[in-house]
Amino acid sequence: MTTPVETGRTVKMEILRQDTEGGATRWEKFEVPYRPGMNVISALMAIQQNPVTSDGQNTTPVTWDMNCLEEVCGACSMVINGRPRQSCSTLIDQLEQPVRLEPMKTFPVVRDLQVDRSRMFNALKKVKAWVPIDGSYDLGEGPRMPERKRQWAYELSKCMTCGVCMEACPNVSEKASFIGPAPLSQVRLFNTHPTGAMNKDERLAEIMGDGGLANCGNSQNCVAACPKGIPLTTSIAALNRSTTVQMFRNFFGSDNMVD
Amino acid sequence: MSKNHEFYWRRLHSLLGVIPVGLFLVFHLSLNFTATGGEEAYNNSTGMMELIPHWLLLIVEWVVIYIPILFHGLYGLYIAFTATPNVNRFGTFRNWMFVLQRFTGVFLVIFIAWHIFQTRIQKALGADVDFNMMEEIVNNPFMLAFYIVGILSATFHLANGLWSFLVSWGITHSASSQKVATYVTMIFFVLLSIVGVAAILAFV
Repeated sequence: MTTPVETGRTVKMEILRQDTEGGATRWEKFEVPYRPGMNVISALMAIQQNPVTSDGQNTTPVTWDMNCLEEVCGACSMVINGRPRQSCSTLIDQLEQPVRLEPMKTFPVVRDLQVDRSRMFNALKKVKAWVPIDGSYDLGEGPRMPERKRQWAYELSKCMTCGVCMEACPNVSEKASFIGPAPLSQVRLFNTHPTGAMNKDERLAEIMGDGGLANCGNSQNCVAACPKGIPLTTSIAALNRSTTVQMFRNFFGSDNMVD
Repeated sequence: MSKNHEFYWRRLHSLLGVIPVGLFLVFHLSLNFTATGGEEAYNNSTGMMELIPHWLLLIVEWVVIYIPILFHGLYGLYIAFTATPNVNRFGTFRNWMFVLQRFTGVFLVIFIAWHIFQTRIQKALGADVDFNMMEEIVNNPFMLAFYIVGILSATFHLANGLWSFLVSWGITHSASSQKVATYVTMIFFVLLSIVGVAAILAFV
């Protein structure tokens, strides 16, 4: 436990609470002691230590997800002052008060700020976001990847499945089946990998299914919101080109050639 | 919609918006523009259509105009109403274009339905579609405003639709090419709007 630094200042918070999945929501106000350099998570921890609203009512501690605390795991995403972002890397000093926290409602809300991002992980399975190398014998080294390709592919590999792009996307919601920007960009990443490219037609076939790539409406919110600066819309446009080619190949092609 | 064909429906929707519906709009507004040359010029140029045998004109109308517009409009309504606009949280240029594309699209379904009722269906019922007919329609200031908004919605929807067509088919790929496409399509929007609005004002 850190020793509290007495600054005499407080941080005003407003949090959208929800006790059960699909249950009723309510706003609760809190006022927590300010410490220099604090992030949203440390403010939430202060509420956890003293779960009392600003009008003196006892309440339950606010729940949220967190893990790495350095913006690489993607678990602590929430909507902070209207924008989806990570609560670990969002500093209180840079926010307007009251700090308004809401869960990313594009996902099922488990409790308070905790959401269930399963649909993203299921999407990664669906599009086969991996390089299959399993076999009954040693397959040896794969083909080399050109260095310049590796450089931009590395940018795509920074995706931490945090869900911010999904929350920002107007076409990802309960009423639409769109797979969303993050899993699509992973298709481009694994189709770029020289060994991964050996199964690129399988991944393209997946995103050419229902709720796939074509459901993108080009609002380009994803690329504006991505905390990792991943060129998601460039990935989507690149996949649009790949699927255009694949579409003709599927119809006019002579067999199931990958290239 | 049959299972796992959504990709093809969406691509067809994108394609039909440009060919033939977009091409038809350019042709339609250009023909209307002849009204700026006066009543006779307009009646002569639209009268050219009467030279096409009636049965052939009907086939062309259905294949090139009605069926593609009907599909584009109805599937577009489905696309528009499954979106969750969020410009209040993400006020970026592209997000506004996203919302405007859907907003103009929904409005155009209403406008075009009315426009077809007021002109083509009246023609089928025996009325003459000519300069006088349009003059009477836009004599009503409310109708004139309705038509101007309709024309601007159509030119915007086509211009911005061309932009997303270029993305959806994988032609504009990089952020810089998409930016250039924005400028080109917006210049196209302004030019086509001038043609369209000048044409409707010629009837006033």
